[in-house]
Amino acid sequence: MTPNPYLWLIPILPLAGAAINGFLGRQSSKKAISAIALTFCGGAFLLALWIAIGFSSASAPYYFDLAHWLRSGDFRADFSFYLDQLSLVMMLVVTGVGFLIHIYSVGYMWDDDGYYRFMAYLNLFMFFMLTLVLAKNYLMMFIGWEGVGLASYLLIGFWFTKDSAAAAGKKAFIVNRIGDFGFLIALFLMIQHFGTLDFPKLFEKIQTYSPETAGVGFLTAIGLLLMVGACGKSAQIPLYVWLPDAMEGPTPVSALIHAATMVTAGVYMVARSHVIFERAPTALTVVAIIGTLTALFAATIGIAQTDIKKVLAYSTVSQLGYMFMACGVGAFSAGIFHLMTHAFFKGLLFLAAGSVIHGIGGEQDMRKMGGLRLYMPWTFSVMGIATLAIAGIPPLAGFWSKDEILAQAFNTSWVYWLIGVVTAFITSFYMFRLMYMTFGGDYRGAPAHDAHAHDSHGHGPGHGEPHESPWVMLGPLVVLAILSLFGGFVGWGNHFEHFLDPVFKAAAEPGMQEPAREAGGKALEYILMGISVSVAALGWLLAHLLYSSRPQLPGRIAESLGGLYKAVANKYYVDELYALLFVKPLVDGSTTILWHGVDQGVIDAAVNDSADAARHVSDEVRHMQSGNLRSYAGWVAAGGALVIAYMVWMGVR
Amino acid sequence: MVPISYYLVLSGILFVCGVLGFLIKRNIITIFMSIELMLNGVNLSFVAFAAQWHALSGQVFVFFVMVVAAAEAAVGLAIIIAVYRTRETLNVDQVNLLKL
Repeated sequence: MTPNPYLWLIPILPLAGAAINGFLGRQSSKKAISAIALTFCGGAFLLALWIAIGFSSASAPYYFDLAHWLRSGDFRADFSFYLDQLSLVMMLVVTGVGFLIHIYSVGYMWDDDGYYRFMAYLNLFMFFMLTLVLAKNYLMMFIGWEGVGLASYLLIGFWFTKDSAAAAGKKAFIVNRIGDFGFLIALFLMIQHFGTLDFPKLFEKIQTYSPETAGVGFLTAIGLLLMVGACGKSAQIPLYVWLPDAMEGPTPVSALIHAATMVTAGVYMVARSHVIFERAPTALTVVAIIGTLTALFAATIGIAQTDIKKVLAYSTVSQLGYMFMACGVGAFSAGIFHLMTHAFFKGLLFLAAGSVIHGIGGEQDMRKMGGLRLYMPWTFSVMGIATLAIAGIPPLAGFWSKDEILAQAFNTSWVYWLIGVVTAFITSFYMFRLMYMTFGGDYRGAPAHDAHAHDSHGHGPGHGEPHESPWVMLGPLVVLAILSLFGGFVGWGNHFEHFLDPVFKAAAEPGMQEPAREAGGKALEYILMGISVSVAALGWLLAHLLYSSRPQLPGRIAESLGGLYKAVANKYYVDELYALLFVKPLVDGSTTILWHGVDQGVIDAAVNDSADAARHVSDEVRHMQSGNLRSYAGWVAAGGALVIAYMVWMGVR
Repeated sequence: MVPISYYLVLSGILFVCGVLGFLIKRNIITIFMSIELMLNGVNLSFVAFAAQWHALSGQVFVFFVMVVAAAEAAVGLAIIIAVYRTRETLNVDQVNLLKL
């Protein structure tokens, strides 16, 4: 196969769509806007498909240099694209799921005043994400990285007239900046040590290094700093706080951020940098620990949330933790596999949740839902599929990838595995809790909603019965449901892993790659599989018991747990803690020292005081300018006399 | 021969008279004449020194000063006439439009 020369069009197409809709959308009709947004995004997807069909592992990785960018001495960073198995998978996921979300958004956002703006932002998001995954050097990846942050800011704060949305957008952006800072320093370190940011050249150079097993070297430093960046973008401890708040955006945005783009960027970046991480075991361990802790931590918070989107948000954080755990134990392909299946079922979950919110007129509180299976059977069934998938019930997508991660984690340490299994149990529990609270029982909402508190998207007043969403929204749901059902089968017989092998194995240190799979034998693998499946089933059972058979039980349990329950429901007070530790000192310090002290006290004071002094002096001196010619002459004469007196005096000396 | 100090004292007296007239008088014409007085005071010391040191340059300078004074008289008198036409006075205390 000859490498496809149209690769560069994939990111450019959504950019063109964004530009057209962004500049001309205000005057266009909604139909034209939808057509443009969908055409350009769909075009990117079709092109990606075409390239994927023509893709052969023999010619990978394949580069395409579009244009020169930075050339400074020996250092080069060009606009060039890079296609290997890893970016191929990412490209397909991003364009595919992204396109489905575009279609869905047409239905969901149709009545919004900012429709053209929304579609333009969505396209922009796609552009940056595709730049990120197709970049050939870290600098271009960084463009995408920052651009995704920008697009997320625009989309999360889409309803910017709402204070909480504007604040959430800012929070997402600022927290991401903290991570970006780490990423940027990692880039500087790479330039300093290797003089290049180009993936092929850089990795070739790094491969000459042996793993830094003893002590900590600059590869470890680079790895840790990259992880800081990934923590920000992929919402890991301690920088996960922006993601739950990001639920302020319209629901398709949540789906896009959580499923196809943005949060997967960190995982992708870690996987892409696997050459570095494999040579920095300390950094890799940190990745694994952070991932594992995040998975458990976020899952426990998810138990006690009542906002349907918040549950899903914490679920995303938790699932991302799984991906990092996989990367941390060296199972990069398992991480990417989970990334892909997660894109399917999490995208589906969010879109279905959006359908629910849409159907009952903007309500997000699960306590006011219930019984919706009768009103929206399609949404109910696809969401059920997604829940089964995320809980890890075979043979749905989530089962394959999660099982893969857990097996690999077990090979490294049983601690990771144990926490992973506990998390799987909690995941299953809170997801089925969500299902029962939303769809089971009787409808608890008010029959008519006048106030569209949360997701106001312009339903007329008198929104009566909950209703099923239109087909433009259900279509993507069904496609995603099919993917969630069968998407996992690419992992059958480790096909997916072998597909990615050229990326992850070729560059690996020969002695480093342990015979992971064969070590424990098939029997162990089946036992582990059995445990994780039964744990998932147990979670379901518990949720059924608590939220279907005995609905009064959860309240009593919550009461008996008291403080612990309150802590969980309030997200362990992490936001408050951060506010106390970082935000408040920063704001107070800026106010008292920088604002009142330096700015008002020194800079403003210097300017104002010198101006005042000049005015006072002039006030006195201006009386000399009387307009009286003779007084002027007097001054001249006095001055002349002074000069003469001075000269005489000097002459005498 | 008259000593040079005599000339210089006379020159100084003439100059101071000019300065005082310039400062005290209100009529522009008188002020103008005071300026001429100062110039001539200076001229006197020029020629006195020139005679003393037998140097021609001092006398040449006097001619320059006289030429400048003549030009100044032409311009100055024209200005005075212009001022009188617009202000109908030659009192400098009333010609104070440039006052702050």
